[in-house]
Amino acid sequence: MAEPLLRVDDLVCRFGGVTATDHVSLDVHSGELHAIIGPNGAGKTTLISQLTGQLMPHSGTVSFAGQDITRLPAHRRSRLGLARSFQITSLLPDFTAADNVAMAAQAHDGHSFRFWGDARKERRLRDAAMSALSRVGLAHRADTVVSELSHGEQRELELAVALATRPQLLLLDEPMAGLGATESAQMVKLLQELRREVTIVLVEHDMNAVFALADRITVLVYGRVIACDAPAAIRQHDEVKRAYLGDQHVVTKHD
Amino acid sequence: MKVPLNARTIIVALVVAGLLLLPVYTTLSGNVFGLTLFTRIIIYALAAASLNLIMGYGGMMSFGHAAYLGIGGYAVGILAHEGIGSGFIQWPVALAASALFALVIGALSLRTRGVYFIMITLAFAQMAYYVASGLARYGGDDGLTIYKRSDFGGLIDLSNRVQFYYLCLGCLLGGIYLIWRIVNSRFGMVVQGLRSNERRMQAIGFPVNRYRLVCFVISGTICGLAGALLANNTDFVSPAAMYWTRSGDLMVMVILGGMGSLFGPVLGTIAFLLLEEALSQFTEYWALIMGPLLLLIVLFARGGIDGMLGRVRRG
Repeated sequence: MAEPLLRVDDLVCRFGGVTATDHVSLDVHSGELHAIIGPNGAGKTTLISQLTGQLMPHSGTVSFAGQDITRLPAHRRSRLGLARSFQITSLLPDFTAADNVAMAAQAHDGHSFRFWGDARKERRLRDAAMSALSRVGLAHRADTVVSELSHGEQRELELAVALATRPQLLLLDEPMAGLGATESAQMVKLLQELRREVTIVLVEHDMNAVFALADRITVLVYGRVIACDAPAAIRQHDEVKRAYLGDQHVVTKHD
Repeated sequence: MKVPLNARTIIVALVVAGLLLLPVYTTLSGNVFGLTLFTRIIIYALAAASLNLIMGYGGMMSFGHAAYLGIGGYAVGILAHEGIGSGFIQWPVALAASALFALVIGALSLRTRGVYFIMITLAFAQMAYYVASGLARYGGDDGLTIYKRSDFGGLIDLSNRVQFYYLCLGCLLGGIYLIWRIVNSRFGMVVQGLRSNERRMQAIGFPVNRYRLVCFVISGTICGLAGALLANNTDFVSPAAMYWTRSGDLMVMVILGGMGSLFGPVLGTIAFLLLEEALSQFTEYWALIMGPLLLLIVLFARGGIDGMLGRVRRG
């Protein structure tokens, strides 16, 4: 099999006495949609943060496209093509939607030590912003200030910002968090389109979404990987049922 | 650029027109004091505008900005004292010294955030204050008298009140134009993005500290120019120019005028220094009135004077 796009090897991260990431290893292959599930406090966000460089692991390695990135700061990883969305929306609240996305495009268009020209008038950045906004269905809200967008729109904007960095790997930390049923369905549809273009790691609580989208699912409990397999096999996995899912109907019956 | 016609634009235009025409009035009426007062106001407005670049746009609450006033001033004073009177040497040295100081303290203090950043910039400025107090050769605590203003070889005569006034006003308007270009440039977008959400900026690929540092240096350099002007204005420079209360005054001018607004610091400085002047006519305890007044503004007018004039739109 080809070299995986992302390889996590024996990753450990502790907060005081708590081992939030307990010897985690996993591979994400190019073109795959890899979901990570687990109960609250299983260490999903902690894991994502180590993949994107907001947190440094105590031991273990992370490699991306064959390169060891374990100690690289977040901005360098972004340059390599790793993008993330945040579980708790993290945007530039006093900028417009278009500004937010244009900023991401700018970050990947050479250095920004340009002091004179009006950045908001740069066609290239604006075009990139508009195309990412259209991608997530937000083009009509381009000139709206983020703090005035609805929660659902902010979640979509998170995605547009990540897309504007033209990533090879998209790490989505609960993109459906706080969304209503219709908005969730829209997001699933959007991810279904995106997965054709980019490799995705999806952390999500919404089991409908996960089982509809994922090629493979990794189950995390108390910082440990207890299973990693195709959705069908995860449904049947005894330890998963016991440790995490509990209410069996969630995994067995879905339309 | 399309300029919206609203109360704010009109007031800013009136203020600029008033400043441009002020020497005509003072010359006709023989009111020398007015010209001297407004020369001082304009110089402080330049310093406040430079602070606004890091504080209002960049979200870096520097509590040591007066240090650059002193460094710019001492560069002029010390060179004059040593017999180098040419402004073509004095002023570049003033700017370079301020830039270097900003580079060093920025590189150290920008590792911290929030209250720690405020404290560490304050500490560095106080260090500069005590160093200046210790310069026995240059007056120490008592300060240094400058017997001859910077000499620009017949290009401009700084001893001529009107010419000096227009030089200061030119520096202020030039400084504001520069800041306007900067905040709307790619660089300015990054700096403002960092004020808004640093984690997000890192995640999309910006190495944040080097942008902050460059902004910090630009701001300090502009304030160093204000320091060189101030020393020429008073023919004197002393450690008091760097004292922490002076840094506090600059912060108040910015907050009073409106953080992150282009002309806010100018309005804030005019209001602050005119109030100080007016109140000190009545009582030497003018600060007792000024304090509550500031409190009211901070409590009820978040965007400062500029915010009261119109909805704050950054950039």
